[in-house]
This record gives sequence, C-alpha cells and structure tokens, in this order.
Amino acid sequence: MKLMAQLAMVMNLDKCIGCHTCSVTCKQAWTNRGGMEYAWFNNVETRPGQGYPRQYQDQDRWKGGWTLNKRGRLTLRSGSRFKRLLNIFANPDLPTVDDYYQPWTYDYENLLSAPAMDTIPTARPKSLITGEDTAVTWGANWDDDLGGGPAQIGRDPLLARVSRQVKLEFQQTFMFYLPRICEHCLNPSCAASCPSGAIYKRSEDGIVLVDQDRCRGWRQCVTGCPYKKIYFNHRTGKAEKCTFCYPRVEVGIPTVCSETCVGRLRYLGVLLYDADAVLAAASTPHEHDLYPAQLGVFLNPHDPRVVAEAERAGVPGDWIEAAAVSPVYRLIVDYQVALPLHPEYRTMPMVWYVPPLSPMVDALTQTGHDGEAAGNLFGAIESMRIPVEYLAELFTAGDVAPVRAALRRLAAMRTHMRAVNLGEPTQPAVAASVGLSTREIEAMYRLLAIAKYEERYVIPSAAVSQAHRLDALATGCSLNGDGGPGMTAFDAVAEKFHLTDTNGAGPNGKNGRINLLNWDGRNIDGLFPARAGTNEGGGRAE
Amino acid sequence: MTTWLWLIVPYVAFTSFVVGHIWRYRHDQFGWTTRSSQLYESRLLRLGSPLFHFGLLAVLGGHVLGIAVPASWTDAVGISESGYHLISVSMGTLSGLVCVAGLVILLYRRITVTAVRQATTRVDKLMYVLLVAAIGTGMLNTVGVNLLQGDYNYRATVSPWFRGLFTLSPEPGLMAKAPTSFQVHALVVLALLALWPYTRLVHVFSAPLGYLTRPYVVYRSRGDHLAARPYARAWEPPPPARPAPIVRMGRGPR
Ligand code: SF4
Ligand code: SF4
Repeated sequence: MKLMAQLAMVMNLDKCIGCHTCSVTCKQAWTNRGGMEYAWFNNVETRPGQGYPRQYQDQDRWKGGWTLNKRGRLTLRSGSRFKRLLNIFANPDLPTVDDYYQPWTYDYENLLSAPAMDTIPTARPKSLITGEDTAVTWGANWDDDLGGGPAQIGRDPLLARVSRQVKLEFQQTFMFYLPRICEHCLNPSCAASCPSGAIYKRSEDGIVLVDQDRCRGWRQCVTGCPYKKIYFNHRTGKAEKCTFCYPRVEVGIPTVCSETCVGRLRYLGVLLYDADAVLAAASTPHEHDLYPAQLGVFLNPHDPRVVAEAERAGVPGDWIEAAAVSPVYRLIVDYQVALPLHPEYRTMPMVWYVPPLSPMVDALTQTGHDGEAAGNLFGAIESMRIPVEYLAELFTAGDVAPVRAALRRLAAMRTHMRAVNLGEPTQPAVAASVGLSTREIEAMYRLLAIAKYEERYVIPSAAVSQAHRLDALATGCSLNGDGGPGMTAFDAVAEKFHLTDTNGAGPNGKNGRINLLNWDGRNIDGLFPARAGTNEGGGRAE
Repeated sequence: MTTWLWLIVPYVAFTSFVVGHIWRYRHDQFGWTTRSSQLYESRLLRLGSPLFHFGLLAVLGGHVLGIAVPASWTDAVGISESGYHLISVSMGTLSGLVCVAGLVILLYRRITVTAVRQATTRVDKLMYVLLVAAIGTGMLNTVGVNLLQGDYNYRATVSPWFRGLFTLSPEPGLMAKAPTSFQVHALVVLALLALWPYTRLVHVFSAPLGYLTRPYVVYRSRGDHLAARPYARAWEPPPPARPAPIVRMGRGPR
C-alpha cells in the first residue's frame, strides 16, 4: 500500500451550455503566447463530432495511451521503449498543426490604413504561424453544434464503433458538449513516453507537469497522450500541457476553467488512492472492467484505517479532512454518477464526467411525452440505444450497464425533485430502485444543482503544517495489512450497490457470502461456506 | 602558419566546444532542445530525418575507427592496409550517401515549407552552411580522393595529428602535409565544433539512453518551498515578491 492524494475534477455534462468561457479564460491565462497559438489546454467539443485535434480518439492512427501486449503486460501503444528511441528522429504518429488547425488572425490594420476606395476594405485572415494570407478551413471548435449532422456522422471515431444498426437509426439526432482538459492520469502515458523523464507526477497532489528545463523537444509525449493534451510549443521547442492551474490550487483557489465556468458544472476535490494498485488496475484484461478497477484503486476517506495510513504517508491533516468532504469522491463513489473518460486508454484518467440525461429528456418531450416522469425516463434509458451506446463508448469502453445505472440515478433525482417542488407525494421506491435513499437523492441534488462555491471546490492549500506531520509520526500505522479488505472505495461501492451479499441481502445465515453474479474476481473470501461451528463466512463478515 | 592552423585553431575550437557546453548547460536549460519542426511538416521530415541522423551516426562511427584507432591496432588484428581501405571507403561512401540524401531532403523541406523556413534562425543558417560544407568536403575526401585519385593514407597524417592534440604531444606539421581537401574538411569541422554549443546541435548530448531503464512514471515532490509562502487574498496587499524566473519565449512576436 502506497497511499497518495490526487486533486481531481468532475464535470456535470448536463449543465454545460457550450459557451467556451472556460477555453477562453484558460487561453488567456496560459497559452496566449507565441508558439502556442493552436493550443487549447481546455477545449469544448460537440459530441458527436470529430473533436480537437481532429479524430484524436482514433488510436489505431495516433497510437496514444497504453495497451496490453501478448503476454498481458501493459505497454505503450506506440511501441516498446526501444522502438520509441529508434523513432526519435521522426515521430511517425505525431499530429501536425493541420490536424489541430492553422491558427489565424485578421489583418485589422488594413481596415484603418487602406486608402479611400470604391469598395470597403477587408480584414484578411493571416496565418499566425507564417504571417501569410491563409484560408480559414478548420478550428478548435469548427463543428460546434453540428452534432450528428450528415457531414459529421462519418467522421466521429466513436460512431464508427457503435453498432451498424445504431448508425442506421441515427435519425434522432442528439448532441452535447464535452469540455476537456488534461486528465492528470494516475498512470500517465505522456510521462511514460518522455525519453528525458521531464514529465512528472507530483507526489503531493498528483498534478502532471512538464519540467521546461528538462524537456528536450523529443515530442514523444504528444503521441503518448491518448487525449492529445500535450502541445508542442513550436517556438520554444518544448512540450506544454494543462497545469491544473497549480499556482492557484496550491493556495486553495480553483482552476481558471472551474472558477469561470458559466454553468458552474465543475467540481474539484481530493481523492486518496493506492499508488501500488494502479499498475494492476490498468492492466485489467477486459476493457469493460477498467472502470470498476479504477474505482478499486480509490480509498475510502471515511475509513479510520485509511485515515491512519494517510497520516503515516505524510498527507497533511487538512488534505485528509478535504478528502472526507470531497465533492468529487461523492459523485464518483458515493452516488456513482460520474464516469471516467475513455478508461480503455488505461491511463486511469482523473477528470470524470456526469453523463448528460438531457438528450433523453428532450427526445421524450419532443415526442409528446412527459420527459420527467419516472416511468417514461427509465423506459427511455432502457430503450434509447443511440445516446446510451454512444455515451458508453466515451465513458465505459462500450459497457452500457454503468452508463444506464448513472442515468437512472439522475432520472430518479429529476423525478423525485419534481415531486418535491410541485408538492406532490414523493415515491421513495423510485430512489430505492437506484440504490439511494431519498435523503441521499436530495443531497445529490443539492451537490449537482445548487452547491455553493465552497462545496464545489474543496481544495486544501499546499502550505504544509509541520506540526501535523509530527503527530502523524506518533500515530503509527494501524493497518491490518496492505490492501486490507474494506479499505478501498470499491468496497464501499460494492456494498452500496449490492455487488455482494454482505449488506444484508443474502439469505439467513449466509450473510458473508459472495454474490457470484457480481464477483469481481479479486479474492475468494466468502466463496466457500463456513466450516460448521465457526463464523468465518469470509473476510467481509460484518 | 602551420602552428596557427593546426595547433592554435583546433585548441580554440575545442575550448569553445567544451566551455560553451558547460556554460550553456548551466545557464540555458530552457533553450536546450531539438527545436523540432515536425509540427509544421511531417511527411518530408519522416523521410529525411532518419536518413540524415542514422547516416550521420554511421559516419561518426567511421571517423572514430579511422581517426581514434591507430593503424598499428588494425594491423595487429590482421587487417591489411588495403583491406582497411576497402572497408572504410565502401562503408564510408554508403553511410555518406545516406546522410547526404537525408540532408538534401531536409534542406529542400527547410527552404520550401514556409513555416519551417521562417522558423530558421540566423545561427541555424550558419550551422547549415557549416554542416553542408563539412559533409560535402567529407564526401569529397572519401569518394573523390580515395576512389578516383587512388588511396590517400590519412592514417599516416590526419589521424596521428588529431590524436596528438589529445595526448598533448601535437604535431602540426603532419597536417600541413595532408592534401588540401582534407585540410579544408578539418577546418570546417573545427568551425562546426566551435559553433556547436551555441546551436541546437546541443541536443546530441541529451540522447536519452536512460529511458531504456528508468521506471515509466516519474514522481517528484513539489518541495517544501510552499510551507512558508504567504498568500494574499485579492483584497490584501501582495506578499513580497520572490525572484521571478526568467521567461524566454523563442523569437518573440514578429
Ligand atoms: S491526459 Fe494528461 S496526464 Fe493523462 S496522458 Fe494526457 S497529458 Fe498525460
Ligand atoms: S465555461 Fe462551463 S458551461 Fe461554458 S463551455 Fe466551459 S464547461 Fe461548459
């Protein structure tokens, strides 16, 4: 067990209005410099759509992220270390600026200085890279709001993967916005592909940074990152990336994109995780299991053993407290409504998304149904394959079950809150059917809908109080052993959503039994009946 | 004249090479980069760059063999003078041609692709002139002199002269006897060495061989400098400034 703290973000996609304020403020703060004209550390793309850079999700072409080799070991998709070194003189998988877009400005000067003429002077577009006249043919959000229109449908790499029937049925157009920043991954393939070792993950807060003094411009990281969130500064010859606004979060204030988000849909908080478990989780054989595997890496900050271990690992007291009230932990683990972006890249991303329910509500409303009635909504989530399969390609490697579960929880919240607001009788059964109590549903609603600044951004400052370290030393380790049962967030989740029979769901006398339907294959505790006379039902007996 | 050209000039070049690298390494980590232009154009680069670099590595290996290794050593392992020449001329020509092919593609690209041309600094241009001259005269020596005019045994003059510079028993007279084309090649290469640390050629010394053995993910602590750092809320006066890092941004706005 090697406990580490990570600053993570969750975005609630239902609330994104696609205003690009986050992108613009981020650009003003970080990339309005020569060499970075084409770079957007934060970009907002319309899905379905090509994304930025164009079709970056097509990893057969761009070779980003990790894959399992023949022996089941985790390797970079772009090849072994040796192969990467051989490719160092010319990276075969590097997007060029055309794959992003040719950045441009306009010749405004001409508007003022043109001599008197019969025609109105124009401001011609000029390339920001060469300064010459240019034709504007693409941009960072060129396909904004086009959604699944006919021109785009063939170009979205995700749509290429959903089933053919779904594509044929693509009459009910739907779209939503996907704001993206660097994922500050637990298993960053950008860092792993840097030949100079210039990209590092900060051990205190997990922020992934490029050491500008050690980067030598080998540009392997650009290929390594499957989200294409490393940008090569063509003036300085160094790689640059989203910094999670570390100078801001170090002093306890949110990132620029979060601070300025018009939809107030971003949440920042601390997660505790077991760094020793990351490699095994990222090597999970089946792609559908990667999302639960990543949940299994997070640690439950309410567990006293985790707290003790955190103290022993030198995590400052205010960080441990922040982890316990982390909005990010609540959305990811307690309510399980947030999902990772492309877990199949195996980088263990740490910016998660609450999938949008609105496309379904809208579709229902358009067809004359009550889009917020529980029955209708639940039915729609089951029957509307297009959005669900598409969302599954984004968030769960194509596994529709977790997406449906998250959407059902959001739907239950909508129905419940509508009843509350209209003064109608609420139906606790609706909440119960998604594994939440009405109180939890209301708490989730508060967090998702009306949470104030301090609840959305729980960021402990980086100033370390030395006094705390001293008492942590005296506490020592009270752990039963590495990875002891019950410590991971996954266990909390499993209990909550009936993955085991240990929560009273099992028949009498067999409470410690594992429910084989949901057995995660991690251990055999509870698989076998207890010996007569003992009460060793398994490691998870209450 | 002999002393000047073949004793003082080489030592000046070596000094510039060594001191320049140390100075640059200590003071300009931020500028130490390949400054790759692959972002602008990838197709030609993918063709030319590997040809050029691998060719050059082979050429370098040949030079080590021909200059650093005395003729007596190759004799000792039973390679005759004519045998050595056969190997060196054939391999040298081959790797030289690969290198030249790459260089031609890269130069074509640098001149014709606007973005790449504009990203070429003055020192880049000087470096390219010297590089072309060095490779050109080198090819002339290998192909022209050795092949067409018959063998010239540079291992009796050029090589001992070069080694003498390092063993601190210089014999400038040896080099004075060499054919003019060899002399020009030596001078061009010395100029290139002298210029080396001030160009992006420094990236040669960052060849990332450590990558083969280090762990995939690097963790680093952010350090304790934050412990005492005061933070002013927006409505408070700012804390005393820390020395600001020097920010350099390539060539600045046009
Ligand atoms: S998303 Fe960020 S941390 Fe993850 S691989 Fe890409 S650049 Fe690295
Ligand atoms: S500022 Fe917020 S609402 Fe606007 S595009 Fe960005 S994430 Fe969406």
